[in-house]
Amino acid sequence: MIKTIHDWLFSVMPEWAASLTEMVLIAVFYLTLFAVIGLYLVLLERKVAAWFQMRKGPNRVGPWGLFQTMADALKLVTKELTGTTKADKFLYNLAPYFVIVTALVAMSVIPFTQSVQAFDINIGVFFLLAVSSIGVIGILLGGWSSNNKYSLIGAMRSGVQTISYELSVGLSLLTMVLLTGTLQLSEIIANQQEHGWLILQGHIPAIIAFMIFMIAGTAETNRAPFDLVEAESELGAGFHTEYSGMKFAYFFLAEFINMFIIASIAVTIFFGGWLSPFGITEGIIWLQPIWFTVKVVGIIFLMMWFRWTFPRLRIDQLLKLEWKYLLPLNLMNIVIMAIVIWLGWTI
Amino acid sequence: MSYFKDIYKGIKTLLTGMSITGKYFLNARKGALTQEYPDNRDTLKMFDRFRGEVIMPHDENNEHRCTGCQKCEIACPNGSIEIIWDRQIDPETGKKKKMIDQHIYHLGMCTMCSLCIQACPTDAIKWGQNFENSVYDRSYLTKVLNKSGSKVKAGVED
Repeated sequence: MIKTIHDWLFSVMPEWAASLTEMVLIAVFYLTLFAVIGLYLVLLERKVAAWFQMRKGPNRVGPWGLFQTMADALKLVTKELTGTTKADKFLYNLAPYFVIVTALVAMSVIPFTQSVQAFDINIGVFFLLAVSSIGVIGILLGGWSSNNKYSLIGAMRSGVQTISYELSVGLSLLTMVLLTGTLQLSEIIANQQEHGWLILQGHIPAIIAFMIFMIAGTAETNRAPFDLVEAESELGAGFHTEYSGMKFAYFFLAEFINMFIIASIAVTIFFGGWLSPFGITEGIIWLQPIWFTVKVVGIIFLMMWFRWTFPRLRIDQLLKLEWKYLLPLNLMNIVIMAIVIWLGWTI
Repeated sequence: MSYFKDIYKGIKTLLTGMSITGKYFLNARKGALTQEYPDNRDTLKMFDRFRGEVIMPHDENNEHRCTGCQKCEIACPNGSIEIIWDRQIDPETGKKKKMIDQHIYHLGMCTMCSLCIQACPTDAIKWGQNFENSVYDRSYLTKVLNKSGSKVKAGVED
């Protein structure tokens, strides 16, 4: 379908206009996806949180509360944008865009199906890691320019956390890259189509890598139990204390999109992306996005499960977990994976 | 080796926690704790220990158990209870006897401390379960607990 639209555009328009239209269409598609995913993940989070706490969750606006988050978004759009007088206005206004643009850029390389991938570069995994850690600059800017001590503490914690856990995310993905021998996301999936999902191929080291990736990924997205950045009970709202209305909503949306991105990476690297389990529906193209969505929702549910089970870590515990446990384990795991591949023990 | 033991223990305890919340998640639809109040107004029953307001139960003969001893009035720390009484002739025995005219209860002043109910020697007053206490005028909060024409139950004073 995408191929036919592409051909049709190039047949009716001159080349420059066609490629421009195509870019605009892709941008609109991704922005729509962004908004829909953000809104419905917020709703999912609230519903799942309610069920974990034996409550009912949003159930008034629309059937089963399906329009609740749209109503919330409408409220946030119409709200007044307030700010502190002594804030650094330029950086203060720039911060939300940093956060949201990096999330959007990271989304462009994720293969939703075999053909829906905006940007298939040969350093896909590396690009994802690089871009997703730029988001922290937005958080640091927001915390610094707000001229508020709570924001600053939150932002500094975020910096510490991202620098530490970036290592674990990178190393755990590197473990899997040893198996595939390529960083290109479409190639990784092609490899899995041939030899089975990477988590099965790599068995024990792959499972350890997946566990480390989930822990570090949860920390990357600043979600509980690693939500020291926002730490409601200590810091008000952390780095976005001074933001209101739509600017706050950008931070809020970006948090959920980052969760989606981490889940998508996990699905692509460990669980075969849009592939069906054991190739049961191979060849049915319209099932590919459904398999992808099912897997991503599963991983997101796992992250929500973490959030509503574990208490928040202290900052020293956070750093101890990373530097004394995750990092050494990760390095050991890479060696184990290398040995497994060397001896040909992969499944 | 205690390093790996710590990791094993850590993962085990985390999984224990997750299994507990997982059980809650699976049972959430059956055992939701949420009371959707205005919707379930007809069926909502408050728990026994709930202190809504002080009431004086009357039986089918319009008889209550209050002898007018005023112990509740004395026990009340903020003067929520006033008892208006006088001495009347008991029609059965022909003797003069203390009888309540009105047992006045100011709900607006009551702090639900339960001292009056503990002080009552004849269990004439009890906690009611009504919680819809908001009214449009403060004067509605002053209530007369004994119904008009009611009298004390025979035998309570013995």
